Amino acid sequence: MSKTIVLKKGLNIPISGVAEKRLSKTVTSEVIAIQPSDFKGFLPRLLVKEGDTVLAGSPVLSDKKNPDIIVASPLSGTVKEIVRGEKRKLLAVLIQTDTEQKSLDFGIRQPENLSAEEIKTALLESGLWPFLIQRPYGVVADPKACPKAIFISAICSAPNAADPEFAFETELSAIQTGINALNKLSEGGVHVSFEEKTFAGSPLSRLKGIHEHLFRGKYPVGNVGVQISHISPIRKGDVVWTISLQGCAAIGKLFSKGVCDLRRRVAVSGPMAIEPAYISTVPGTPMNCLKAFYSTNEENVRFVSGDVMSGKNVGKDGYLGFFDNTITLIKEGTEKELLGWIRPFRFNQYSADHTYFNWCLGWLTPKKKLDMDTNLHGGPRAFVMSDSYYAKHLPMDIYPLYLTKACLAGDIEKMEQFGIYEVLPEDLAICEYTDPSKNNIQDIIAKGIDLMLKEMA
Amino acid sequence: MNKIFEKGGKLYWLHSTIDAFETFLHVPGTVARKGAHIRDAVDLKRIMIIAVIAAAPAALFGMWNVGYQYSLATGISWNILQEFWYGFLKVLPLYLVSYIVGLAIEFASAQIRGEEVNEGYLVSGFFIPLIVPVDVPLWMLAVAVAFAVIFGKEVFGGTGMNIINPAILTRAFLFFSYPNHMSGENCWIAGASENLVDCYSGATPLALAANGMDALTNAHIQYTPDFWTMFWGGVPGSVGETSVIAILLGAFILIWTGVASWKIMLSSVAGAVVVGGIANLAGLSDVPFWYHLVMGGFAFGTVFMATDPVTSAQTEPGKWIYGFLVGAICIIIRLYNPGYAEGMMLAIFLGNIFAPLIDHIVVNLHIKAKNKKIATL
Repeated sequence: MSKTIVLKKGLNIPISGVAEKRLSKTVTSEVIAIQPSDFKGFLPRLLVKEGDTVLAGSPVLSDKKNPDIIVASPLSGTVKEIVRGEKRKLLAVLIQTDTEQKSLDFGIRQPENLSAEEIKTALLESGLWPFLIQRPYGVVADPKACPKAIFISAICSAPNAADPEFAFETELSAIQTGINALNKLSEGGVHVSFEEKTFAGSPLSRLKGIHEHLFRGKYPVGNVGVQISHISPIRKGDVVWTISLQGCAAIGKLFSKGVCDLRRRVAVSGPMAIEPAYISTVPGTPMNCLKAFYSTNEENVRFVSGDVMSGKNVGKDGYLGFFDNTITLIKEGTEKELLGWIRPFRFNQYSADHTYFNWCLGWLTPKKKLDMDTNLHGGPRAFVMSDSYYAKHLPMDIYPLYLTKACLAGDIEKMEQFGIYEVLPEDLAICEYTDPSKNNIQDIIAKGIDLMLKEMA
Repeated sequence: MNKIFEKGGKLYWLHSTIDAFETFLHVPGTVARKGAHIRDAVDLKRIMIIAVIAAAPAALFGMWNVGYQYSLATGISWNILQEFWYGFLKVLPLYLVSYIVGLAIEFASAQIRGEEVNEGYLVSGFFIPLIVPVDVPLWMLAVAVAFAVIFGKEVFGGTGMNIINPAILTRAFLFFSYPNHMSGENCWIAGASENLVDCYSGATPLALAANGMDALTNAHIQYTPDFWTMFWGGVPGSVGETSVIAILLGAFILIWTGVASWKIMLSSVAGAVVVGGIANLAGLSDVPFWYHLVMGGFAFGTVFMATDPVTSAQTEPGKWIYGFLVGAICIIIRLYNPGYAEGMMLAIFLGNIFAPLIDHIVVNLHIKAKNKKIATL
């Protein structure tokens, strides 16, 4: 048993709409989408044309830089439409799904008996390779790279995110097979982080062949980037891979059943979700399949694929992202609030500081969750508060404001010094949440990472 | 918002101003477009209003004290409300000048930059009348405020980008440009040229103590210059700086709400105690070090001026060093400056200038230590 890593910094934001741990339905949409924008660093080349039939696991897109990396169709069907945007940029491939699902047969194999190369080939062929994310920069992993280690987070700390214990209740053996396969890909082995509190009773604690790490803390303790920075921080020149549990499960099913099966339990949550619960579905499922979860006034709802802190606003016509197993429905906060900033209390709003008397509401009703909306609660300003104000809830050994300002200035050397290799935008989401100057810190970091990718290529 | 204020509209040149009033009245209905989909309820308006509320006890006490000092000096017997009213009427013009001049410049520069008006001056403008003598001529105050806001803040890019606290810069400008009106015995008590009582003195306890404890305790003056009087604040001085009780109340608000750093406050006191204590032990000064904590602008500067998040140190270790430096330099100046008894203004000024250097060293040491630690893993 390894030592528990206790993170003192962190913040649990009490937003309402936690998904109840029950499977409300299995969704198979008539149309699903494959979106190249889900994969960072991926330059899509189209492998299908309208009218082609595909099976679950058939290649749909490949990477122009590395044609071995493909993205496969999660379900079988016919290519209905290729959606392009400005300058013919490929936005999505829409697939009309079959009522009776068929999958490409990749053959049942024991990953223990395969070499690293054979496993890599199997993952690349089946379109599961993009589940592996390479750090620094959070791009799709390079098959030629030798990662220091592979990291998995089995903690959900983001507000209303899917609970791993329930979401992977039935996938334990698949995850185990997946880990066995991943173990061959890195000499440093597979590192899995668990929440200390629930570890003993969790079925996930039975996983074998892993380096286990126990964490205790508040959001963002579940971010794999935060965990890596406490287990083995990324230095310049290091390469590590991360993968989600749903990725592990899909890889496991590839070897144990011989199919490409991306079906997963997805938490539909958030203050606007009616009876929030889990559904079973595949990535690319359109949001309009969730009609049962939101009332008719969809104009007022923001559809977020992912958690509320770092997910993507996909809109009511959007689709579930490849990596996501949470959908958050939240109200668009477009209403003006009379003299809001000077009130002693602001009900239904949360502040991590004590500048509102909401802290005493928190004492009176500690379990109360609030129906938060997307209002900025202020206008954008220059950074005024000091670095330590931003670092207050960030459990990483970096200076977040210095890093953000280095990214704004585009100063590569300073970005390196201040730890750009260790972070992805999602890791600084908590700083963005608490920022009284209402800057889009995640966007600034993302642009900084893009600059690094361009300059260091 | 009305169309004529939008880009291309006739009154576009007024849009920052209109926007400022609009957002003053309502929290706007803008939503988070990128990144985290929920945001904390706190914004800069809230943080700034908390700073103003925290300084309000000092301001109210200061107004009363202006009247109280006047009644002591002239021998008029007034009740507490009369004293307050007299002080209020004296301090109100300072506030009007501070806000009208400062906000006009702030609004104009926001308009030129095409940004929203930043709330920073709401706080600076509230502090400025509290750190000047009540009898400062209004035109001087106006010139000083204009100088500080333009050259201390706007040329750097506005609130958040400035190096020196604009309120401190206002006072420094006044001090160096018009020293006759900022020091000596004739500026601290309002209307000090009228019928005065016997043994009247306009000198502050700090000025008296510059000549040693004997000069302070044996002074024939109309107020009692002992520790507790200075602690509750019934002595002459700049408008808001005299009452340590009112300032401590403000410190409590600032620390509890998380708006200002307790580390800076504590280390500033520590710096003053260390230097003052050494001076006592070495026999350099017979003024006990705890007197320095309640005299002059030390308390107000420590709580409200040194803790400005923009111009103080950014990093946690940096805050300890910065605060200590401010407290220590203040007492060193008080002990060694023969011309002027007060040292807090210059100490904060120097602290502001050194803060980026302190942070630079702290951050670089941290990066080095971290690289070393990772290398051994």
